Amino acid sequence: MLDLSPTDWMAIEVTLKLALYTTLILLVIATPIAWWLANGRGSPGVRTAVQALVALPLVLPPTVLGFYLLVLLGPAGPVGSTLESWGLNHLAFTFQGILIGSVIYSLPFAVQPLQQAFANLGRRPVEIAGSLGAGRIDRFLTVILPMTRGGFIVAATLAFAHTLGEFGVILMLGGAIPGETQVLSILIYDHAEAMDFDSAHRLSFGLLVFAFAVLFIVYAINRRFDTVRL
Amino acid sequence: MTRPQPDTLRIQARLERPGFVLDVDTAFPLEGVTALFGRSGCGKTTLLRIIAGLEQPPGGEVHFRDTAWQSGKTFVPLHRRRVGLVFQESTLLPHLSVRGNLLYGYKRTPEPLRRLHLDEVARLLGIDDLLERRADQLSGGQRQRVALGRALLTSPDLLLLDEPLNALDTQTKREIMPFLARLSDETGIPSLLVTHAPDEVERLATRVAFMHDGQLERLEPLREALARADSPLFREEGAVSVLQGELGPADAHGLHPFGPPEARYRVPSTPGATNDAGRPARLRIDARDVAIALTPPQDVSILNIIPVTIESLDEAPGHHGPARVLAVCRQDDGQTLMAELTKLSTERLGLQPGARAHALVKSVAFLD
Repeated sequence: MLDLSPTDWMAIEVTLKLALYTTLILLVIATPIAWWLANGRGSPGVRTAVQALVALPLVLPPTVLGFYLLVLLGPAGPVGSTLESWGLNHLAFTFQGILIGSVIYSLPFAVQPLQQAFANLGRRPVEIAGSLGAGRIDRFLTVILPMTRGGFIVAATLAFAHTLGEFGVILMLGGAIPGETQVLSILIYDHAEAMDFDSAHRLSFGLLVFAFAVLFIVYAINRRFDTVRL
Repeated sequence: MTRPQPDTLRIQARLERPGFVLDVDTAFPLEGVTALFGRSGCGKTTLLRIIAGLEQPPGGEVHFRDTAWQSGKTFVPLHRRRVGLVFQESTLLPHLSVRGNLLYGYKRTPEPLRRLHLDEVARLLGIDDLLERRADQLSGGQRQRVALGRALLTSPDLLLLDEPLNALDTQTKREIMPFLARLSDETGIPSLLVTHAPDEVERLATRVAFMHDGQLERLEPLREALARADSPLFREEGAVSVLQGELGPADAHGLHPFGPPEARYRVPSTPGATNDAGRPARLRIDARDVAIALTPPQDVSILNIIPVTIESLDEAPGHHGPARVLAVCRQDDGQTLMAELTKLSTERLGLQPGARAHALVKSVAFLD
């Protein structure tokens, strides 16, 4: 385990950074989406459409997602070309680019546990807190968060772990630039392709153990809080 | 829509839901306890939610005294309306202690508006000893008292109680009723009580709003609601009378005098109840426990024989088959006493509205 090359270490760093940022961004984005899906108002049709949209990365081949993001964020795409016209860089083959890809790719893994936790919570505690004079942010911090913290822990862990396993989206969108977009899964692929099975094995086995540990923790938490079924 | 009046809660709202339309235009006096009475599904909870600001019917108007809570583009959110909410199921925040729950709203109430404080509310509700407990260590009745205390500690302008006793068993209900009954007198906070239980109305309400199929059919003082044979309160369990009066000190036989000399009852104290002398009390008398005699009978075991004037004779409500008559009688102190008789007896005695008679009251129950 200790004789990792500098490239391996760089990939580990990029991977952890990507997973961490993705998780933080997802908690911010997924919370309102999950609340609205669980307890919000609005027409059932719109809600179903959003629910399906959020779940799309679960069934879509990651290459499809990566392909459209490449088209969108690349120099010729609407987002990429707009950025360039402002004197900025387009996002294909950049860390920011794969970060956007990761966020979309792992969205259902953050939304679904939260949605389940919020649905179990229901509107009642929030209504009560409102009647007791708590405004929106106050209600979120003093009622929703403490009462659904199990859901948040599960959502964060799953988003983090799922980002570690990302491959197709990054392959399409990020390439394999060491220190920028070369994550562990890509590096393992590169090692294997170069017939360097020893290196591939070291990293693969590390990921395997790590993934098992994460899931073990999630299910343990899940049992303790009894909030989310996976 | 007329101009909002002071000291009323004016609501004008129309809300359509699949298979249900709520259409209400009314004004509730902001004094005492107003019961919203009706079957489940008649819209009383929805009306309460509109008042709380949990529903926002388009074009609706809600005015509290001279403050617009909802009017045109104005919409005051729940947390600025200063209403206390108590629901039927437990709503204590499980991650807080009893004290934490009680103080949740108190801490968020601006200091100059705090009129009620922890010590007095805890004492009023008998929860002083529970403060350090966790919310999930309480019984159902204790939880509802804490929920009530938590609402009170925001010193609300209005209490909205949505079937607060519904989920409780009879014993627990009996344990909480006295606290609820004292509430509006001791705090002066007006409240709206949603309920479908006639006994809760009889015991707690100052006035009743009868709701049916999304409409508010009638708003009247409790006394009037209990004085007519067709009152919806009698529909399920038959007619009852509720007498208000003062309880005197127990005599040598353990009986308390109740009511003024011209309509004087002698009633036994009920175990568990605190029948302090001089205390205002409500007496509940089932119309089926009242008989009528034209002259006061001498050799009879019944203690309470009250002179009355017969006001009207109607078909008895409830499901007792035909040939039952409800005699609405007026006691000499002005209160109404109902007697349920057979048609045969009515004819035999030749009872007519306006006739003098004596009501023989077989049994009474205390409401307080």
